[in-house]
Amino acid sequence: MNDPAALLPLPAAAFHILLALASGDRHGYAMIQDVAASTRGELRLSPGTLYRSIQRMLEQGLIVETRDRPEPQEDDERRRYYRITAFGETVARAEARRLKQLVKLARQSGFAPGRA
Amino acid sequence: MRRYRWLLHLYPASFRGEYGEEMCAVFARRRRDENRALLWIETLFDVLQNAALAHVDLLRQDLRYALRIFWASPGFALTAIAVAALGIGATTAAFTMVDHVFLRPLPFADQDRLVKLWETLPGGYLHNELSPPNYRDIKQASTSFESLASFRGLTVNMVGEGQPQQVEGASVTAELFPMLGVAPLSGRYFSAADDRDNAAGTVVLSESLWRSAFGGEASALGRKIELDGAPYTIIGVMPGDFYFPDRDALLWTAMRFAPGDFADRTNLYIYGLGKLKRGVSLQQASAEMRLVGAQMQRAYPKELTDVGFTIERLRDTISPQARTALYLLLAAALCVLLVACANLANLLLARALARRKELSVRAAMGAGRERLIRQMLTESLLLAVAGGVCGVALAFASLPLLVKLVPTNLPIAEIPAVDFRVLLFAVAVTCATGVAFGMAPALRVLRGADADGLREGSRSGGGRKEGLRAALVIAEVTGSVVLLACCGLLLRALWRIEAIDPGFRADHVLTFETSLPMPKYERVGVRREFYQRVLSAADALPGVTGAAYISFLPMVMRGGIWTVDVPDHPRPLNERLHASLRFVTPGFFSTMGIPLLSGRDVAESDKQDSQYVSVVSESFARHFWPKENPIGRHFDFAFHDRTIVGIVGNVRVRGLERDSEPQVYLPYQQVPDDWLTWYAPKDLVVRSTADPLTLAPALRRIIHQADAQQPVSEVQPLQDIVAAETETRKVQATALASFALIAFALAGIGIHGLLSFAVSSRTQEIGVRMALGANSGDILRMILGEGLALAGVGITAGMVAGFAAGRALESLLAGVNPADPASFSSAAVLCLIMTLAGSLLPALRAIRLDAAKAIRAE
Repeated sequence: MNDPAALLPLPAAAFHILLALASGDRHGYAMIQDVAASTRGELRLSPGTLYRSIQRMLEQGLIVETRDRPEPQEDDERRRYYRITAFGETVARAEARRLKQLVKLARQSGFAPGRA
Repeated sequence: MRRYRWLLHLYPASFRGEYGEEMCAVFARRRRDENRALLWIETLFDVLQNAALAHVDLLRQDLRYALRIFWASPGFALTAIAVAALGIGATTAAFTMVDHVFLRPLPFADQDRLVKLWETLPGGYLHNELSPPNYRDIKQASTSFESLASFRGLTVNMVGEGQPQQVEGASVTAELFPMLGVAPLSGRYFSAADDRDNAAGTVVLSESLWRSAFGGEASALGRKIELDGAPYTIIGVMPGDFYFPDRDALLWTAMRFAPGDFADRTNLYIYGLGKLKRGVSLQQASAEMRLVGAQMQRAYPKELTDVGFTIERLRDTISPQARTALYLLLAAALCVLLVACANLANLLLARALARRKELSVRAAMGAGRERLIRQMLTESLLLAVAGGVCGVALAFASLPLLVKLVPTNLPIAEIPAVDFRVLLFAVAVTCATGVAFGMAPALRVLRGADADGLREGSRSGGGRKEGLRAALVIAEVTGSVVLLACCGLLLRALWRIEAIDPGFRADHVLTFETSLPMPKYERVGVRREFYQRVLSAADALPGVTGAAYISFLPMVMRGGIWTVDVPDHPRPLNERLHASLRFVTPGFFSTMGIPLLSGRDVAESDKQDSQYVSVVSESFARHFWPKENPIGRHFDFAFHDRTIVGIVGNVRVRGLERDSEPQVYLPYQQVPDDWLTWYAPKDLVVRSTADPLTLAPALRRIIHQADAQQPVSEVQPLQDIVAAETETRKVQATALASFALIAFALAGIGIHGLLSFAVSSRTQEIGVRMALGANSGDILRMILGEGLALAGVGITAGMVAGFAAGRALESLLAGVNPADPASFSSAAVLCLIMTLAGSLLPALRAIRLDAAKAIRAE
């Protein structure tokens, strides 16, 4: 459970959720919007995919549900907020490293721009 | 919004409970911001996909958990899998047989329109062959058929490549193959030109004969072979899964009618097969047959008195016995399945009670009712699937043992093919089994899981809670009593038939068939030479005490019946006695061990030109001359006046289970040349003091020396022929006995399990009783009493159900009383013994308890 490598490669949705949570706690709908914005609309998580990912990531210990809630006027009691864990950060870094290696390989083969 | 909430029900309840509200909130936001039509399409897609995936996620989780649990208690898991395998295996095997014989369409085009045509004779004989003129007239008069064909069985000596061999086949008219709609593997089948009386001989081979006799070479087409001495050209090969009229037929020749064949309306020897026109029902066609029959009766009042015609779907030409036997197999298998399910439910119930704490903890940690039920059902389904896989393997392994239950007269393979229908059935049974034995324990446990499971030392004793388990055990006992009783009935029937005296001594006799090809052997003198060479050489073999030839062996050929006309007792034609006609060589009766009651045997001196004589069975003599001496009396038989010179014992020509016509034996020489050649003796019997099979090589050599072209077939001890009479019954009884044994063992295990559990959960109570002065005898009586009470209820119910079952299979019982006291009382006694055996260990454990320790135990 505590070996980040066992979870790699991360599903795209999970990685994006971790990226969205990097800058702070989010509720579900905010994550959907964040991911859409950061990928310029290319990846739009559906609610089903989002909550299935959340369920699995909770079990894997990548994220936790947090009890800290925003100011009452911004809050909706139905919302649940999630926070990335230290383990989640480790896994996200490991995934980023893996992707970097992959891009390096792609450059060597001439499939990607830039120096190898 | 309501619609979205409704859609969310596709998700597992636990997922919905956890995230449903949030998903609704997200959906509400998006509905404000986005195009509604697009949103709905996207949402529908999203829900369908992710709900399915969420279920898979859960399944995977539950499976992992279940596997971990089974791994921790392999004994339990293996027992459960074995029990499920037995139940599912028995049911799948039985279904495969029933499907093969009754349900699956025959492998012919428009098979539901194929019907067999029969002639009905006075006296309730409904299934007789047709005579060629009647067939011809029906064909002309009827309008119900798209086409009508005829065929008949054939046994020929084939001389082609290698050893001459005797081959079974059929001769068929040209309409037959197109009607069945099966294309030849290569070459062609008959056309109307092959049917003409003077056309060159043509033959179509089955794939198996083509491979065995011609190495499967393409060049076999067009080759010439000899069948019974006449030349035939091979014109085609039929595929391996083509069987017609039954699976023994290996070749087909064109059936021709010579003008003379249409002379005799009472010579019934061809079968009719028709294909109904589209839209014509069986009833309409039957009505037309009745009409045609009435017309023909008016036209030929003398020959066709009370004769009629009837049709029957080809698919339905199964004897009632074969039908009952297979339904019995299926019912017995379902009974085993029921007992297996009850046993598994009990096993799981006991386990679930033991796991109550674990389940309560999971419930307390937030796992909902639905999650727990799901987990339990996953466990039972996993066991069922593992059992199902083993069971299906078991079923298919057992199919070759059951082939005797496939009637030989149907054009279907001997061993059922395993196809998706059978697998689908197995899957359905497996799932039903898994749910059946998983559901009760799951619901049962959950009723109490949340509340009292966590309370330390919670006791699971108490009458009401064991009520369900007791009911299951009672069901197991009932099922096994029914199976045991039916098995007993079948065994009694089998023994009764085995005890029937066939009329001859079957031990130490070897039988051969050497079918003499005509016209080579149509003269009596030529035959005599062959018999004398074979029989004198056979007699000279060491150990041989007798050898003789007969037209047909009893139980091998059951027909060959002629009408008897006795001048002393004149009767009208349709009331005359029928008797079986056999030509024999001298010494047949002593070789077979048929007692000569008075007079003499036939002799070499009974020649064509001497007085025609006969030896008749006791039943024949009794029929005509009950009080007088029959020796020296005359009767008309097989075209000649015959004088009785000897009386022999009755023989069961038609088999052990049917009444036979009286028998008439004629000296082999007393028949005109080229007459009745079908009856020319061809079955050889040899009695020896040693194991008869050791004679086979020497006898083959002798026959080869007498005629090198003469094939030998059907070499078998006479005992095997008699044993074949009861083979189907033996398979039935064995199948039922194994089913009964399984159910019996399962019920025993069930009783043992229930009482063991009762003892261990009532340790304290037993301790208190002992402390209050109960001695071990009291405790023993208490535990055994509980077992016996269960057995008593089960046995009573089983007796009632068993009696009903016995009535249902009355047609298989050969006159044994369906309420046969011996069968039922032994079933009851066996179950009582089983109960005592199952109760003994728990009871002993109970009396060995130390009262003080037991009270402190909890």
